[in-house]
Amino acid sequence: MSKELIRLRDLCMAYDDELVLDHLNLYINDKEFLTLLGPSGCGKTTTLRIIGGFSAPASGDVLFDGVRINDVPPHQRQINTVFQKYALFPHLNVFENIAFGLRMQKIPDPKNPKRKGKLPEEEIRERVMEMLEVISLKGFEHRKPEALSGGQQQRVAIARALVNRPKVLLLDEPLGALDLKLRKDMQIELKRIQQQVGITFIYVTHDQEEALTMSDTIVVMDQGSIQQIGTPEDIYNEPKNAFVADFIGESNIIDGIMVRDKLVQMYGRQFPCLDGGFGENEPVDVVIRPEDIDIVPVEQGQLTGTVTGVTFKGMQYDIIVDFRGFKWLIQTTDHSPVGARIGIKIDPDGIHVMKKSQYSGMFGDYSSFSDAYDELDDAEAEEDEDET
Amino acid sequence: MKRGGSVFNRVVMALVFLFLYAPVFLLIIFSFNAGNSNMVWKGFSLTWYSQLFHNRLIMQSVYITLLVSLLATLIATIAGTSAAIGFYSMRRRVRSPLMTVNNIPMMNADIVTGVSLCLLFVAFFAFWGNFASWFNSLGLFQLPVHLSMGFGTMLIAHITFNIPYVILSVGPKLRQMDKNLIDAAQDLGCTWMQAFWKVVLPEIKPGIVSGALTAFTMSIDDFVISYFTAGSSASTLAVTIYGMTKKKVNPQINAVSTLLFVTVLLLLAAVNIREARLEQRLEAQRRKS
Repeated sequence: MSKELIRLRDLCMAYDDELVLDHLNLYINDKEFLTLLGPSGCGKTTTLRIIGGFSAPASGDVLFDGVRINDVPPHQRQINTVFQKYALFPHLNVFENIAFGLRMQKIPDPKNPKRKGKLPEEEIRERVMEMLEVISLKGFEHRKPEALSGGQQQRVAIARALVNRPKVLLLDEPLGALDLKLRKDMQIELKRIQQQVGITFIYVTHDQEEALTMSDTIVVMDQGSIQQIGTPEDIYNEPKNAFVADFIGESNIIDGIMVRDKLVQMYGRQFPCLDGGFGENEPVDVVIRPEDIDIVPVEQGQLTGTVTGVTFKGMQYDIIVDFRGFKWLIQTTDHSPVGARIGIKIDPDGIHVMKKSQYSGMFGDYSSFSDAYDELDDAEAEEDEDET
Repeated sequence: MKRGGSVFNRVVMALVFLFLYAPVFLLIIFSFNAGNSNMVWKGFSLTWYSQLFHNRLIMQSVYITLLVSLLATLIATIAGTSAAIGFYSMRRRVRSPLMTVNNIPMMNADIVTGVSLCLLFVAFFAFWGNFASWFNSLGLFQLPVHLSMGFGTMLIAHITFNIPYVILSVGPKLRQMDKNLIDAAQDLGCTWMQAFWKVVLPEIKPGIVSGALTAFTMSIDDFVISYFTAGSSASTLAVTIYGMTKKKVNPQINAVSTLLFVTVLLLLAAVNIREARLEQRLEAQRRKS
């Protein structure tokens, strides 16, 4: 399971003097579902294109099964790609789209081993039909791509890549063009397909929820560097710095001082926590997830603040609370009206302490909360188109 | 009041069309005239057409016209398509000014293109004459010293003025294409060349065909540029007709002009119908997605 398949060693890349990848090091195991997650311009798509062979790194090595493949062109790599917006061939029907890679394959001729021939037609047919079964699109083989829905095109794109039996499948924001409902279905579908075919998936997305749902391993990237590598649980529960904490889920990030192991001070008050290993009185960033905060009567609260905004979200209320000028997001099932004074209580396991980083002070305040939700998704979608 | 306005509109429109097409209709009608006057109708006949097909001068120039148009179209289509692909892979900052340069020859007056090409050929022949004399004096083998304008120069001129039309019609097709298609083809085992033949070419084929049709029409239709670059040995139909009008007016001119008009009309119709169809298909696709 945990055999190393791909290693990226010290990759650097620049477009127009702008550093896109900054000494990136990463290894990817066989059969794992690994997600490169980050905002646009973080270098995730560039990394994927380097693995696929569509871009050459300015420096550094790409190793596949221990062999350096920097100079191997895309068509000779055991890697296939599912592109953004599918990139199906419009002039070919579903069958021919899926068969495309097989028709390009050259195999030794059984009669004359020195010469290379094409795959026999029966085998092509068999393998395409098998793939149509995997993506549940049997009976669609004569349709043109334009006569398919977005989700169906998506699945054909996956089949077209998988039919070549690659060792690695690269997926570049494959669900970006689908609507929310379909996206959720396809997330589950993709995970199922990955487990069924049992190969490595390298998935690029800016959608943290997508990453958390599907991945075995998440690589969080920003500014051409890896910020954190870990399982979805690790990344969510133990973010390494303010960037990761903010990018994955919602986080209140507060300046604090680590008084000693398992005791952190915020707003001049001391909170018991579970973290340790920091210097005595070391300044730190403290992450508190909105769902880990309990609202209590003022007199029982560890901190007291004023409610400045309430949004109904169906399952819970998003409440913005002002604690001495710093606005927190709290998710709760109890309604508190705007203007109310409330107390809060945080359990020790709800507090996560991080070392100070270049991102300290940039995230974690919810003063401009109403914009924060949409802003991310829209801006990403637009900018990503220009990225390559 | 509104009705009156619409009657007025119709009258103006009728006048405009009359003005535009009356000369052509007159020409067509008199090409079937039995007499050899362009004013008196003497009954229907195909005399001029049958004479036309026995006129060696005209048949020769029809042959030259078709040959030069077909060759120029073929070469310009290949060159223009390659150029369009080159433009496509450039950055926008480089591409935009080059596209403007590409568009200028189409706006340029034919007479300017014709005269300047003529000057270029003359200058080149002079240079070539000097070079060939010097080379022949070396005694290796003999090069022709005196070159003159003819079919070759006219073909070069036609290729030159056709290329921009091909680029203009292929370029948008390339830009409409999903830019990941080439990557996808390479990902699935194609070399760049295979990706071009198997994926890019089918995608831009409509643009190439439209471009070729436009180029062919332009070539068939051209008079001014051919006139300046053909020299005395080769003559296109348009140039021959012009020559015939200098002598005694012969109704064969009506017949041959009618045929030329109909040919160009059909070609233009073909181009327009194609484009309308492509537009429709694109619209249908857009509505779907």
